[in-house]
Amino acid sequence: MKFAWVIGTLVSTRKAEGLEGVKFLIVQPLDERRLPSGEPYVAVDATRQAGLGELVFVVASREAALSLDESFVPVDAAIVGIVDDVHAPLLPEEE
Amino acid sequence: MYLARVVGNVVATIKHPFYEGRKLMLVQRLDLDHKPTSTYDVAVDDVQAGVGDFVLVFDEGTGARQILQAGNTAPVRAVIVGIVDETDICESS
Repeated sequence: MKFAWVIGTLVSTRKAEGLEGVKFLIVQPLDERRLPSGEPYVAVDATRQAGLGELVFVVASREAALSLDESFVPVDAAIVGIVDDVHAPLLPEEE
Repeated sequence: MYLARVVGNVVATIKHPFYEGRKLMLVQRLDLDHKPTSTYDVAVDDVQAGVGDFVLVFDEGTGARQILQAGNTAPVRAVIVGIVDETDICESS
């Protein structure tokens, strides 16, 4: 799973079957130091509680669809946790 | 599977039910010279790894669910499945 910041919300009324009631958020992928790295993308919020600006972790590919109640859906990224703390003593600080 | 070093712990109270009670660790993939690469992961620990440990990370959903006996709808991929003592790479002549 990877870290990401929630930077936006997305609403879609006409969408693939099975996605009714699913919450979409726009996230900015982060590296291991939680610094932005890569292009923002859309993830479903399997916790249903993530909000703007929160640090989350995201599971990708088939596992993303499995995180939802209806798991045979076209979903390839899902927020499965909201990070309270990362204790990473071995990550060298920025040079 | 790939070689990695555990560089930290990740704490999250609000999370998908599968992750309740599971230890989440921040792992950084290593190259064959055990130097960190730019690839990292938040993995579920299954072998009581500690920060600083040199570990083996398994990164495939179906297998992860079997290893963790987590039923076939658990949204998990990366699992720490071993603590590595040493590697021995023979240089090609």
